[in-house]
Amino acid sequence: MNSVAERRGSGKQTSMFLRMLMRAAVLRRGRAASALLAMIVAAAAATAMLNLYVDVQAKLRREFRNYGANVVVVGKEGAALPADARNKVESALGGKGLSVPFAYVVARTADGQSVVVGGTDFDKVRKLDSWWSVSGWPAGPQDALVGTRAAAVVSAQGKPFDLSFQGRTIHLNAAGTLGTGAAEDSRIYISLPDFESWTGIRPSTIEIAASGSTDEVNAAIAKLAVVLPEAEVRPVRQIMEGEARVLGKTKATLLASASLIILTAALCVLSTLMGRVLDRRRDFAIMKALGASERLISSFFAAEASVLGAMGAVVGFVIGIGAAAWIGRVNFHAPVVPRLNILPWVVLGSIAVALISAVLPMSLLRRVQPAVILRGE
Amino acid sequence: MLGVGVATAMIAVATDVGDKMSRELRTYGANLLVTPQEDSLDLQIGGVDLKPPSDGAYLNEADLPKIRGTFWHHNIVGFAPMLPVNVDVNGKKVTLLGTYFSKKLTFGKEDFATGVRITHPWWKVQGEWPGDESGEVLVGESLAKKIALRAGERLEIGGQARRISGILSTGSAEDGEIVAPLGLAQQILGKPGAVRRLYVSALTKPEDALARRDPKTMNSELFDRWYCSPYVQSIAYQLQEAIPHSHAEQIRQVAQTEGTVLSRIQGLMLLITLAALLASALAVSAAMATAIFERRGEVGLMKALGAGNTAIAALFFVEAALLALIGGLIGFGAGAVLARQIGRSIFDSQITIDPVLLPVILTLAVVVTFAGSALAIRRAVKFDPVYALRSEA
Repeated sequence: MNSVAERRGSGKQTSMFLRMLMRAAVLRRGRAASALLAMIVAAAAATAMLNLYVDVQAKLRREFRNYGANVVVVGKEGAALPADARNKVESALGGKGLSVPFAYVVARTADGQSVVVGGTDFDKVRKLDSWWSVSGWPAGPQDALVGTRAAAVVSAQGKPFDLSFQGRTIHLNAAGTLGTGAAEDSRIYISLPDFESWTGIRPSTIEIAASGSTDEVNAAIAKLAVVLPEAEVRPVRQIMEGEARVLGKTKATLLASASLIILTAALCVLSTLMGRVLDRRRDFAIMKALGASERLISSFFAAEASVLGAMGAVVGFVIGIGAAAWIGRVNFHAPVVPRLNILPWVVLGSIAVALISAVLPMSLLRRVQPAVILRGE
Repeated sequence: MLGVGVATAMIAVATDVGDKMSRELRTYGANLLVTPQEDSLDLQIGGVDLKPPSDGAYLNEADLPKIRGTFWHHNIVGFAPMLPVNVDVNGKKVTLLGTYFSKKLTFGKEDFATGVRITHPWWKVQGEWPGDESGEVLVGESLAKKIALRAGERLEIGGQARRISGILSTGSAEDGEIVAPLGLAQQILGKPGAVRRLYVSALTKPEDALARRDPKTMNSELFDRWYCSPYVQSIAYQLQEAIPHSHAEQIRQVAQTEGTVLSRIQGLMLLITLAALLASALAVSAAMATAIFERRGEVGLMKALGAGNTAIAALFFVEAALLALIGGLIGFGAGAVLARQIGRSIFDSQITIDPVLLPVILTLAVVVTFAGSALAIRRAVKFDPVYALRSEA
């Protein structure tokens, strides 16, 4: 470090400045590396937390769609919906959601018992109602999905059975049983084409899982109500309110934890960098003794801090994005999308912390006489 | 110390967040449904019950308080019985649903209140909730619109005028029904003590492989473990034990999805806690490095006087351990306060700090401090005493 000072004057001012910066980093490799490492880890933690915070809402929303439909369209007074209702709903949703039609009648079994029969689209129900516990999905025509409680009545050992509705009889094979713990357990489901050719009744209900934020879902509801004036469109409040609450709490918890972690990381960087500057008070004293102005020394340390902060921030950003993506993969089985708009904030924050940690000890050192430091006290 | 404090707060929050979120998820409503064992098939379409009221079996209302006597009664947030009956209103057939709103019950020496206000928190009433012993009723939103009724008016139900205390909005089938105290529905039906079904809202643990096993195939030790875990299946089993002739089933839509969402949130908190631990390890390591670096003169002196590398390393490690213990204790206190603050501001309830966490935290603090200071101590040990004593480095 003395050599740095000794060579002063053997070059132009600016190149000397750069040289001092370089030599300081190279000669004190260990300390510089540990400071940089602290910076990187802090920036990485900040990036990962911010990225998660921004992305967790979308991730959790997807999980919440497992609760099934959040909007229901029903014909007024239980009437059937018009034939083009399904297409209207699909075009109103514009691909941002899933809609499943349901039609119901009360039919009679061979021994005269009443049972509710539903007609639906099995491929779509499978996606919408992921909690349905099904032993075998119907594949061919005249295959039926029999609720666990209905199964005891109509087809005890999974045998084929007959159902009649208004004098017309249909012969069905039990493809599997259905367990949900709710009203579906007492019903029999068949495919919509089978249902319509048997009963001649069109769907009366369309269940919709609209994706997106609360505002987007409300916009979808308003749109549906306009295109289907003959139907009643209503949100499933049970689902929407629960989702909003849990999401809000999770975000708040995440924010609190994120600020705690970022604060710790920042404080840690602060103390490391401050230690580094204080360690070099002899350099400082020599520079001063050789006639460097206070401004020059300040700008030297400030430049050093900003370079360190910027470098740490960029490397930390990359690592943080990686960490967030890993958390997304492990926890949500989907990568967290990197948010590049966080980068300027992380870089600015890092440089600010680095500058503070350079300027604070400087103001302490400024008051000390170089002679005192050089004497080794 | 700061690091340990943050770590404590994070661990406390992470361990408790599952519990808190579980409570929040109860806004989705009941996750268990109890029905009579020998019931005939439900004939429900779009929430409208088409089953003749005389048909099927009933539960006995007098058995309900026994739910408080089950093993996991602390986990049962609330329950609400339902009894639908058909009534004539203005010449039209309407379903009247009898239930508890916030009924005061007694089991043993314990008094508690339960009903739909707990199990169905998304029900909104314009006006007032009726009392459970009163003859007042709620009218569903769409029904009220259809027959032009307002809160405070009177409605003729089953030959008797009843005061409407409020208009109910639920976003589902109840909007077209009349909701009344259970006693009123029983009186109309002429079956005192009858309950058609019972909704139970319970705090449960996400199900795992053990939860899905059939209790009949378990040996006694496994069965005890299954019975004493708050799985939705074992709570259903205990409800069946408590209420005679009943069949309890999880409502899969609520119960299954709750499990997934809960495990995601818990997983997230766990990973974040790991990140917090990493950050605090870093903080500790930085602090230790500075502290040891400043004492290089001492190290030089000790070495000059003949101390071995091991002796010096041991000295620093013991010092670090002591520091970690003291820091851990203070940090634990600070972290507990912090966690409590977070709990209060976000969940409006206390986050309880398990005393079991203290030894865990202290061990963690020592491990983190050791890991953080190992590098600095190694450097200090390698120090050349000559340089150190010349106070140059």
